[in-house]
Amino acid sequence: MRQLAVLGLVFALIGLAPFVIASEFWLNLVIMTLYAALLGQAWNILGGFGGQFSFGHAAYFGTGAYTVAVLQVQLGVNPWLGLVAGGLMAVAVAAIIGFSTFRYGLRGSYFALVTLAFAEVLRILSNSVDFTGAGVGILIPLDQGAANFQFASKQGFFWVIWLMTLAAFAVVWWIGNSRFGAQLMAVRDNEDAARALGVSAFRVKMGAIMLSGLFSGLAGVFYAQYFLYLDPYIAYGPAISVESLLVPIIGGMGTLFGPLLGAVGLHLISELTRELIGDLPGVSLVLYGILLVVMVLFMPRGLAGLFNRLRPKATTKPAATGGHHA
Amino acid sequence: MPDLAILIPSVLNGLTTGALYALVALGLTLIYGVLHIINFAHGALLMIGLYAVYFLNVQFGVDPYVALLIVPPLMFALGYALQRGIITRAGHGRDENILLVTLGLSIVIENLSLFVFKSDTRVIDTPYSFEVVEILGAYLPLPKVVAFAGAFVTAGILWALMAKTDLGKAIRALAKERKGAKLVGINTEHVYAMSFGLGIACLGVAACLLLPSYYVSPQVGHGFVLIAFTIVVLGGMGSFVGALIGGLIIGVVEALGGLFLGESLGQIGIFAIFILVLIFRPTGLLGHKV
Amino acid sequence: MPEAPMLEIRGLVKSFGGVKASNNVSLSVPEGRITSLIGPNGAGKTTLFALITGFHRPDAGTVTFLGEDITGLAPEDIARRGMVRTFQIVQPFAGQTVRENIAVGAHLHIRSRAGALQKAEAVATQVGLGDRLDQDAASLTVAGRKRLEVARALATDPKLILFDEVLAGLNPSEIRDVIPVIRGVREAGVTILLIEHVMQAVMSLSEYTWVLNQGELIAEGAPADVVNDPLVVEAYLGKGMAERIAKREARHA
Repeated sequence: MRQLAVLGLVFALIGLAPFVIASEFWLNLVIMTLYAALLGQAWNILGGFGGQFSFGHAAYFGTGAYTVAVLQVQLGVNPWLGLVAGGLMAVAVAAIIGFSTFRYGLRGSYFALVTLAFAEVLRILSNSVDFTGAGVGILIPLDQGAANFQFASKQGFFWVIWLMTLAAFAVVWWIGNSRFGAQLMAVRDNEDAARALGVSAFRVKMGAIMLSGLFSGLAGVFYAQYFLYLDPYIAYGPAISVESLLVPIIGGMGTLFGPLLGAVGLHLISELTRELIGDLPGVSLVLYGILLVVMVLFMPRGLAGLFNRLRPKATTKPAATGGHHA
Repeated sequence: MPDLAILIPSVLNGLTTGALYALVALGLTLIYGVLHIINFAHGALLMIGLYAVYFLNVQFGVDPYVALLIVPPLMFALGYALQRGIITRAGHGRDENILLVTLGLSIVIENLSLFVFKSDTRVIDTPYSFEVVEILGAYLPLPKVVAFAGAFVTAGILWALMAKTDLGKAIRALAKERKGAKLVGINTEHVYAMSFGLGIACLGVAACLLLPSYYVSPQVGHGFVLIAFTIVVLGGMGSFVGALIGGLIIGVVEALGGLFLGESLGQIGIFAIFILVLIFRPTGLLGHKV
Repeated sequence: MPEAPMLEIRGLVKSFGGVKASNNVSLSVPEGRITSLIGPNGAGKTTLFALITGFHRPDAGTVTFLGEDITGLAPEDIARRGMVRTFQIVQPFAGQTVRENIAVGAHLHIRSRAGALQKAEAVATQVGLGDRLDQDAASLTVAGRKRLEVARALATDPKLILFDEVLAGLNPSEIRDVIPVIRGVREAGVTILLIEHVMQAVMSLSEYTWVLNQGELIAEGAPADVVNDPLVVEAYLGKGMAERIAKREARHA
């Protein structure tokens, strides 16, 4: 319960941003941080809480993005409806991938690789098919207005991402305090023992991947409307997949606030490097790679793990190492 | 249905390409078979090998086939260092962590190269780059035919290494039974690193044989990673023969896929195979260990 | 045995590669008793548990629980019907507390989080973990982990628990402490089938035992009788041992 109060407080504070920040530059920074937190939290549901590491989360992101874009540009469908459609399509893709892999017991590294393969398949398909604009991509025509899901000032976009991210975090809070979550984490920690206690591992993993896909898809919809341009590489390429997993790894997998810490941490580090080294091609990604290696090697529990170690625990000694608790 | 005059060259080309893929996959097979590491940085390391061969040629005039004496040993050292220095510390008991670390390494390597070399593609010029060999009415580039032979030779050498040398026996022991190997005095950290080094050395061989008929750019490794994984999975996760056969199959599938579906869609065939094999027959076609 | 069997196994067969891990095993577990399954290492006891609880599919034979044929059902479905098992090598849900671990079991029949956590607390007290509820499960001692294993299973409100070597790895005083816990489980109305190596537990806890050797049932009966069965002695000590022991006893008589 205390966690819920803290969550509310944090998001209330963040919600003050558009009233307190005048500069569009800084507001954009907050927006992009929330967006990164959303991506990370989505991955966290399946990876941190479910223990299934996906290397191809772009599959859901890109599907959400392309759905809203294609519906708008090719069929003139209002992007708010496109938002709903985008979310549903992303969930559908998640259900397909989840069913194909979980039904046959694919786990661990093999699962990670197969998700990557699925994302690549979608990238190739969207690159070859006309209605997604093939290699050229889709440009959403500028037509500002709230009804069009395009806002003249960044404030409108802020509220959308703020709501989406709040929803994602609320769902993750629920996961930490519900039967579904308890069963999901049990499957993560020991699938056989969980099944012996009556947990349907398949159903629980399917629930996780669909929730995870939903929020990634919503992030994709947001991206499409915010930047108004998509191509197969942006939508289904490795950059999104990597960012999705990097954020929770930095912040702390399997924790509620990890993705927020990770998003903030990642942005801080990116800005710092830009100040020190300048804006050079490939540098930020090199940084991401180094961070990934360093975090896995030395801080597998992420930033949240650091905070946990600083806070005095109620009872006995901290949990033994061994294993990413995650 | 295209007639034989188009089909045969396509298949033969596919076979030679497939042999190259197999060469790349041989190293991954060894690394997976022994260390059970799914080395995500395999493509990025291939790229390093390619750049090494490139610069040896452009700066020092070293012929890529002569570079076979230089690059593989260097790559071996690189692999040994990476495994001993970084990868082995990542475990923490979950193999996805190793996947994450090798992913991180691949990102660092690729983007550093992007920064240093910019994104141009570069090719080398050798006197035999454009020579062709005629087989069954198809004209195959000589470098590719050499690579085809090279793949088999390399696989043979690897097999001999594993079967006949002490190191090979230590590696096989370690692959089968880690604790037992430790008990009989095998320095497991060292042997692991040797295995990884050998796997990366294979990439060095692949780079030397590949560059004459291909190109190098910072992203070149990308295309090979999933293909190499597909071959390893198809061939049985630890069988050299399986990797060879798997590579040839994938090469032909890609060629025929490209013929019937067009360049970009053709690649989907490979991924589809990958997904289907992992789901339905994870032990691969030949399913046995190194 | 007079009571209706709770669990009935007929002709179970299972091979792995060329090895017959279970060869035509049949037994009936009566309701309300503590019964046991013993046999030398490698006899196929854990395999039998795995077959009964759905972790492996038998090649032949049937498993009937409470009159329903459950052969080949998934483990979670069998657990839902009231039969749960523990594991020889205890794997707590690391990263969660003792309370949260037990709550997973409680959630089988309890939807609400608060309800499950409450039940977890009650069950923990029952098995003697009440003082460690908020401890990380991964930091429990071996004895603590065994109790946790019992608690998790108990929290599902089962009708039949299959304990797989729940006393393995415990020292004699720990064993003395856990035996009453197991008896307490039975007193709460749960039927128990134990795999055990610790003979003192088998003798003092179970009323009936089956002996498995190389995948086959070679003897059954009250533990005191079974232990003297020459076939059983040979299974544990080797061929001809029963005779040799009898001869030596005759000499010393």
